[in-house]
Amino acid sequence: MHHHLILRVVAKLLLPFILLYALYVQWHGDYGPGGGFQAGVIFAVGFILYALVYGVDALVRVVPHRALIGAMSIGLLLYAGTGVVSLILGLDYLDYSRLAHDPVHGQEWGILLVELGVGITVASAMTSIFVAFATREPDIDDEDW
Amino acid sequence: MGIILVDLMLFGFLVLTALAIMRLTNLFAVTMLAGLFSLLAAGLFVTMDAVDVAFTEAAVGAGISTVLMLGALALTARQEKPFIMASRRMAVPLVCCLVTGAALIYGTLDMPAFGDPDAPVHTHVGGEYITRTMTDTGVPNIVTAVLASYRGFDTLGETTVIFVAAIAVLLLIGFPRSATRRRDEDGGE
Repeated sequence: MHHHLILRVVAKLLLPFILLYALYVQWHGDYGPGGGFQAGVIFAVGFILYALVYGVDALVRVVPHRALIGAMSIGLLLYAGTGVVSLILGLDYLDYSRLAHDPVHGQEWGILLVELGVGITVASAMTSIFVAFATREPDIDDEDW
Repeated sequence: MGIILVDLMLFGFLVLTALAIMRLTNLFAVTMLAGLFSLLAAGLFVTMDAVDVAFTEAAVGAGISTVLMLGALALTARQEKPFIMASRRMAVPLVCCLVTGAALIYGTLDMPAFGDPDAPVHTHVGGEYITRTMTDTGVPNIVTAVLASYRGFDTLGETTVIFVAAIAVLLLIGFPRSATRRRDEDGGE
């Protein structure tokens, strides 16, 4: 498989920056536009670009199906679990005020955690939807493009 | 003045893209134009200072959904079948569209003007969020604070929707067979 040399090289160069940008959007969502949802989508785009250029089999080798389903569930559980923790700490569901030594820091922690949960779920859900579609049929022939 | 020109251009291209999507029968071109439509919508959101929404629209509408549509396109035909409708049967859908469109336009006439400080959205809890977010949460981006803290239940619901959507796709289409196993079986045959 030696075709599309420029695409493959450019994709390989871009990938780390896409993933890094997704992490920036994730952790910087408190200060600028963005947050878990957008970060998750950008992270998934990194994986999808890899699959588009190197084939879905290569992507499946990097993230097996079981890892995708697991990450999807872990993200949602992280979000819902943060709410359960605040219940245990004696507050309403998803009230983060007691997650740290003072309420403001607790809110910051809570927002960070639930955004992380959103990011993990969105990234793995989008990637698995793409993988489900892309593995259904053999790869597209070059002539069909 | 400048912003009005930008708005007019974005709206003009939006309408042109929609018309082109209606006229074209090549599904690959339609998918690409749908992505362009989302990108133009994202530009409009930026001119309305809704950068978080614009970001989501650009990432989801122009990015992911275009790729997913292309993935779906790979499983079906590339060309829409020609579809010619008898002119007398065109009347009912045409009237339906025109009436619905007129009702929607009539509905917007009662809406407050863009940026109107007396709009219900600004007089109710909106001001409360703006004054309290920094002291309550210490998070400068009010949108993030509203999404993740004040309206945490809604976002939990949205995340669940994404999760359920992915599960539903996996149930309907599924990961057929893992790539490595498929190759092993092919090699064994």
